[in-house]
Amino acid sequence: MTLAALTKPWAATSYGFLDASAKRELRRKMLKAIAVPGCQMPYASREVPMARGWGTGGLQVTLTLVNPQSTIKVIDQGADDGVNAASIRRFISRVSGAAETWDTLDASIVQSRHRVPEETMREDQILVLQVPNPEPLRGVEPNMSIARQMHADADYGRLWLTLYEQLVRKGRIMQGAAYPSLVNGRHVMTPSPIPRWDVPKLNMARHLTFLSAGREKRLHAVPPFTRVEPLVFSDRPYRVEDHADLVCRRSGIAGYFMNEIPQDSGGSVFEVSDSNLGIKAIRRAEGEAVEIGATWYENGEYSA
Amino acid sequence: MTQNQHPPLLRVEGLGKTFAMFHLASMLHAFEGISFDLHEGEFLLLKGRNGAGKSTLLRTLWRSYLPVAGHIWYQSRFGTIDLARAADVDIALLRRQEIGFVTQFLNARPRVAAQDIVAEPLRLAGYAPDDALEQARHWLGEFGVRPELWRAYPSTFSGGEQQKVNLARALILPQRLLLLDEPTASLDVGARRALVRRLGDLKAAGVAIVGVFHHPGDVADLIDREIDLATHPVPAASELTHVAV
Amino acid sequence: MSIDMTMAPAPLLPPQLMQTEALLSMRGVTRHYGEVRALRNVDVTVYPGEVLGIVGESGSGKSTLLRMMNLEDTPDRGDYRLRLRGRDDGNLFDLGRYERRMLCAHHIGIVYQNPHLGLLMRHSSSGNVAERLLIAGERSFEVLRSKARDALDASEFPLSRMDARPAELSGGMQQRVQLAKAIALEPALLLLDEPTTGLDVSVQALVLDTLKRLQRDRNITMVLVSHDLGVIRTMADRVLVMRHGEVVEQGLADQVFQDPQHPYTQQLVHAKL
Repeated sequence: MTLAALTKPWAATSYGFLDASAKRELRRKMLKAIAVPGCQMPYASREVPMARGWGTGGLQVTLTLVNPQSTIKVIDQGADDGVNAASIRRFISRVSGAAETWDTLDASIVQSRHRVPEETMREDQILVLQVPNPEPLRGVEPNMSIARQMHADADYGRLWLTLYEQLVRKGRIMQGAAYPSLVNGRHVMTPSPIPRWDVPKLNMARHLTFLSAGREKRLHAVPPFTRVEPLVFSDRPYRVEDHADLVCRRSGIAGYFMNEIPQDSGGSVFEVSDSNLGIKAIRRAEGEAVEIGATWYENGEYSA
Repeated sequence: MTQNQHPPLLRVEGLGKTFAMFHLASMLHAFEGISFDLHEGEFLLLKGRNGAGKSTLLRTLWRSYLPVAGHIWYQSRFGTIDLARAADVDIALLRRQEIGFVTQFLNARPRVAAQDIVAEPLRLAGYAPDDALEQARHWLGEFGVRPELWRAYPSTFSGGEQQKVNLARALILPQRLLLLDEPTASLDVGARRALVRRLGDLKAAGVAIVGVFHHPGDVADLIDREIDLATHPVPAASELTHVAV
Repeated sequence: MSIDMTMAPAPLLPPQLMQTEALLSMRGVTRHYGEVRALRNVDVTVYPGEVLGIVGESGSGKSTLLRMMNLEDTPDRGDYRLRLRGRDDGNLFDLGRYERRMLCAHHIGIVYQNPHLGLLMRHSSSGNVAERLLIAGERSFEVLRSKARDALDASEFPLSRMDARPAELSGGMQQRVQLAKAIALEPALLLLDEPTTGLDVSVQALVLDTLKRLQRDRNITMVLVSHDLGVIRTMADRVLVMRHGEVVEQGLADQVFQDPQHPYTQQLVHAKL
């Protein structure tokens, strides 16, 4: 037996781009994050060929999870065809040999910026959310050392206070995206800037979710079948965006989260934010045999 | 001295008070060797020229001043206690429940109505608010404070009116021992008459009273005994020597 | 009977009549900051319903002592007990950060001289009060609102301004917000650290009056720190005089002011009268 037979051929980069020690560190942190749902785990965010703040946190998690049998879907605000989404997806595929897809049902890993797909994810799927700011307490406690103590003490009164202030000043809760949510009854997380519409999808979900911030070098996770409860007052119920009755102007489907497209006339039209859901609906309407999976929302009502 | 089969309510033994004036390195002697008994329902007048130590003795019994010698045995409802050395909290307790002190000055506070000031001792003693207020109004009336002033703030009253409020407050709660420091000063005739009447009632109810009066004639009918402080020698100030600084 | 003319009053006896147990007892509290001795062997006892005044000049250790009572600091040695709900839970200095925080939130209220220490200046006044209730686990918006309103009202804060930010309010109003926050959970102990220092004399009188009225209506036990003898005289039942980190004298308020026993207290009283 020769040495050459025991070693792999030389390559310019490691499999999946990240070197083995980087992946080992990330795996350990991801396992820890699963073990303590919602608790932020610091990690040594590595250089990837992308600027910090453009999804490097999500990318590192995906690169650690990926293998040649994986099928990758990457969305940016719900769309698969955005420049960032397409570039990230192509990059992952190139360094790992994983297949690419736009279809949520086909994907084994969904990396996403700011949306959870509308089709219900399964046990064998992993959602990786790109997070700009993982610290829910940043707005109320600028000192991160103290914020950590507050997490340790489950001292979240000031987050409720922020909501109280919004109710007092505006009569309703203004927090749109990144709605602070209590995970597993213990840690409050900021679920990346997903809309309020998407937060209930994380509660007792069948899939595993990682939330990773490359610039802030921290990640946290929501394991499958874990409670995720948005912070609310007992007498002010949680409300998702008022999109139940909006109709997508292109696909004609209704009851999903929509993008608002302002018109010169002063009005707005709407398009379904999960673009591939819209595409599938159009193709099905045109007679193709397209499978649309079960969705978390049915007719605008949360039903999972 | 009135003989009584009960032990006296108050037994003062060899009481002495000197003030250490550290900045002058000297002692000021107020009185020494004061001894007397006081029984329930007795009225004791303290006499003496100005500076003889009448007010000082009253304040020593009240424990605004700490005596340097002697004992003040007092029969409280809770047992016998030496007021000369009793813990501060015990004194505070007795002041709330058993011992009253009436001066010629009202400790008026801004924005507290006359009737509330008068009702306060009852409130502290656990009376219901309405009950306390009703009694307060009764005694304000007795001492001649006009009803339209009951809800006003006494800090704006004249000296005479303030004194009436003060007396109503000080005498509203039936104490067991009452210390009076010239309560009749600046009172008009009507209020003075009301005061004497109230003191008479209290005395008849068994309250023991020690008082200093500018015009003892006002209460002549109530006085059982007198102590003349002038008969006690009062040495001049002496050099301060042994006091630990 | 012969009397030693140079005799000082005898030491007082332990309480005999007082049946209630002390709410607060501190024993042998000593604290150094580097070479600086902030507190030395300080003993304090406070009974339920009392107002204890602590006087002393700047640097005498009075504020440090108050911070100890609020469990913001731990002494080099010493024992601190509060009798809460009829129970003595041991030396509070042994508690961890979390237990301290919960104990303080539920049982101790504090008003600082500097409102920036006690208030979130960019939140609303009612929100500052509500925060206390939130820490205690209240999750109903309407209950938070009404309890915050009640506490502000009890502190005689004008309710029309209950949602104004403290930063927009006058000093006296800021102290009322602090007070409302401090009493919102009906604490067993209210700590006041120079609560009226820096206020106009007329505003100071009004704030003191509110404190006095609260004390009377709710029978709150208070520990009041001030260098202002007038404030202490108005408020306190008993007084503790501190100097160089030590208690030099304590007694009934009227006694300490009228018959001070320690040279330093005499100097202090004479300087003020």
